[in-house]
Amino acid sequence: MQMPDPDQSILARQEEIALHLGTIVAGEGVVTSSRELRVYESDGLTAYRQPPLLAVLPETTQQVSEILAYCQTEGIKVVPRGSGTSLSGGALPLADGILLCMGKFNRVLEVDYDNRCAVVQPGVTNLGITKAVEQDGFYYAPDPSSQIACSIGGNVAENAGGVHCLKYGLTTNNLLGIEMVLIDGTILRFGGKHLDSPGYDLLGLMTGSEGLLGVVTEVTVRILPKPETARALLLGFPSSEQAGDCVAAIISEGIIPGGMEMMDKPAIEAAEAFVQAGYPLDVEALLIVELDGPQAEVDYLIERVSVISGNCGAQTSRTSQNEEERQLFWAGRKAAFPAIGRLSPDYYCMDGTIPRNKLPYVLKRMREMSTDYGLRVANVFHAGDGNLHPLIMYDANNPGELEKAEDFGSDILRLCVEVGGVLTGEHGVGVEKRDLMSEMFTEIDLKQQLRVKCAFDSKALLNPGKVFPELHRCAELGRMHIHKGKVPFPDIPRF
Amino acid sequence: MNSLKPENAQQLEDAVKWALSSGTTLEVLGSGSKRALGRSIDCACQLDLSGLQGITLYEPAELVLSARAGTPLQEIQETLQAENQYLAFEPLDYGPLLRGQSDTGTLGGMVASNLSGPRRLKAGAARDHFLGFSAVSGRGETFKSGGRVVKNVTGYDLMKLLAGSFGTLAVMSDVTFKVLPAPPEEKSYLLYGLSDAEASRAMILALNSACEVSSVAHIPSPTARTLQGCVGDKSVTVFRMEGHAPSVQYRLERLEHLLEAYGKGSITAPAESKALWGCLRDATPFQGDEGNSGSVWRVSVSPAQGGRYVEALKLDPEEYYFYDWGGGLIWLSLKGGDNAVRVRAPLEKISGHASLVRAPVDAPDREIATQPLGVGEHLLFQRIKQNFDPDGILNPGRLYGDL
Repeated sequence: MQMPDPDQSILARQEEIALHLGTIVAGEGVVTSSRELRVYESDGLTAYRQPPLLAVLPETTQQVSEILAYCQTEGIKVVPRGSGTSLSGGALPLADGILLCMGKFNRVLEVDYDNRCAVVQPGVTNLGITKAVEQDGFYYAPDPSSQIACSIGGNVAENAGGVHCLKYGLTTNNLLGIEMVLIDGTILRFGGKHLDSPGYDLLGLMTGSEGLLGVVTEVTVRILPKPETARALLLGFPSSEQAGDCVAAIISEGIIPGGMEMMDKPAIEAAEAFVQAGYPLDVEALLIVELDGPQAEVDYLIERVSVISGNCGAQTSRTSQNEEERQLFWAGRKAAFPAIGRLSPDYYCMDGTIPRNKLPYVLKRMREMSTDYGLRVANVFHAGDGNLHPLIMYDANNPGELEKAEDFGSDILRLCVEVGGVLTGEHGVGVEKRDLMSEMFTEIDLKQQLRVKCAFDSKALLNPGKVFPELHRCAELGRMHIHKGKVPFPDIPRF
Repeated sequence: MNSLKPENAQQLEDAVKWALSSGTTLEVLGSGSKRALGRSIDCACQLDLSGLQGITLYEPAELVLSARAGTPLQEIQETLQAENQYLAFEPLDYGPLLRGQSDTGTLGGMVASNLSGPRRLKAGAARDHFLGFSAVSGRGETFKSGGRVVKNVTGYDLMKLLAGSFGTLAVMSDVTFKVLPAPPEEKSYLLYGLSDAEASRAMILALNSACEVSSVAHIPSPTARTLQGCVGDKSVTVFRMEGHAPSVQYRLERLEHLLEAYGKGSITAPAESKALWGCLRDATPFQGDEGNSGSVWRVSVSPAQGGRYVEALKLDPEEYYFYDWGGGLIWLSLKGGDNAVRVRAPLEKISGHASLVRAPVDAPDREIATQPLGVGEHLLFQRIKQNFDPDGILNPGRLYGDL
């Protein structure tokens, strides 16, 4: 993975740039010492490290606007950062770029129950939103596993998902409005407390744009009344095929569970050894199916899912009888990553999505690759929506093993695309999957995406080096290849 | 007028390339069922997509469907129905409201105008279910975005950009949608005689409860008179419950209890509920306009502010309205065709936007049918348009005069 070469002239101006930014963000808002900058050198994808030119911590939208306008004028690159939990290197700093840290935007500005929404600053954590409204029986639905730490601004940038998105949608389906700042300093608002917007849906476009189009400075999210109750089933199957069939059968019966998670044998064993959740160890695949909603509905559907799973050959089946037991079922799944961490010095978490019915084939191919690469792999899977998280185990202290793990990961993602899936379901492209984009998109596809970037940031100063394998100048992208009067009238039906 | 009717994706690309080369503006059409919606445009040639038809992939267990953009929406809905599935966002049918036939729209038209219905509150709009597409940009290049899986953050979400773009950025040839199991049971709870303010409180109470109502509307008395299942001159507030039968039953009981203070309501049978929500979805009460002199608007505001908005409008006795989306969508039937300023004035204080649905043919409102934007937003819209359709050959003027 190569980042763009640092601009030496910018590196040489660090002191001057810091001084200017200090006039915008007074007090301790500018960090320049190399010791303090170490804190920011990587995000959740720790394989890559790079301290930024400097870090700046604004507190107001106006300051963000002035910082960005200054950077645009001076040609300085900007990497926005929320809590730095990205698993794809979305917030990886650049040596010649400032790191724009949004952590001080940490206030819940308004909770509006009558309109079922909350207006928050982007640095508020995902869980912080739920915390702000749960005493009144509400919650914010998207729940990425980093929810205790990740910021809502980062969730917008990555279109974060989570366990419950089959039923409740991703971040993009739970946003009502944003305030954002363009690289030229323009402050814009899209959406609000109402639904839909006139013209182009830039709220939707911004969501999942990985910090390449603008910096979000305020977010209005929908909040939902908490479901009356939730119960879970723990189902063990002799094969992943049967577990997959069970998922399809549940959905075919018209049931959309709140959560539906699958784990393969290595993941089950690791989790059980770590948290003793009572997972069966003699099964090949484990399903956790959670039903939430009104009491009567949950009891009814639990019964139906139980019957369906029996028909699909479940060899073990347990239904949570109380909240404590439900939490225990989840404990193993939620601890799957650290559980793998106990088995291996390092692990690499992948994030592809596949059409669900391709799961058995993908798992089989993955086992073959595991043998070929000589690296173990465990799988957790958002079974309802086909989002696969293979965890590749490696030891970074063994020379060449990180590269091997990365190659293995790339092969898995190529496989996802080959069976009709995509490179990333919820972690983002970032730097991690950047060079694989052409596996999924043609040059024309990618150039059209880059033209969107041109509309927002024509000098490519915001988070460059992320998402796109190659940068083209906007002038070049704008050039037309069809010339006046050169294309004959097409030979197609006309009236 | 010239009309080109491509029969496959390659012909579509050829058509756009030719238009680009010859400097011909294209009016992009599916079946043309929404031509009367919003701004009218005058193009040199029509690009008729009704030749691009057919479902290309439907896997019910995977909850995914792909089809050519010109496929009739009705065909899609019938196919889904056969598998007890549906488009959960319940696309409204503008046909009769626009003085046309019902059920004539296409899948592409549905995307381009980002349709939704009363279930918008719970299930979102077309944008929320739109997984992927292939399209030809105004540069004459075929490109794709998204895929066939629900969870996908690979690259920009261009589906959001195309949904609601009214064909001004690219011409879609193929689209992929998320579909869902249709709820086996539907019933509605009706409360009669509430004032707008009372109804607003009742709707908030219901939506903020764990009763999981999927749609809520309030129809004041003069408009209610035209709806089936209504009582005399009384206003009616409607709460829709959908899902598995035991759940619907249970939630209806809870809701009845919750809303006790608002009087004793009645519960409709499933068929009546479906019919009633069908009417509200398509704004049936506002379909007739014999004199052809009135106009219909849709206004989206924050739900609790709906009443305040309507009050600020100071409607005439012969002007009508009703609320959907728990108060957040206001359908207006107004006199004359010069209401844009009046309809939008309250939006200076109440966040939201107003779109013209129908007006007399040469009404001044048609010029500003789409809510005007701030300067910064407008410039950004122009740059986006420029980057998809630099010569402005695709539906120029459909959204705004200069886009």
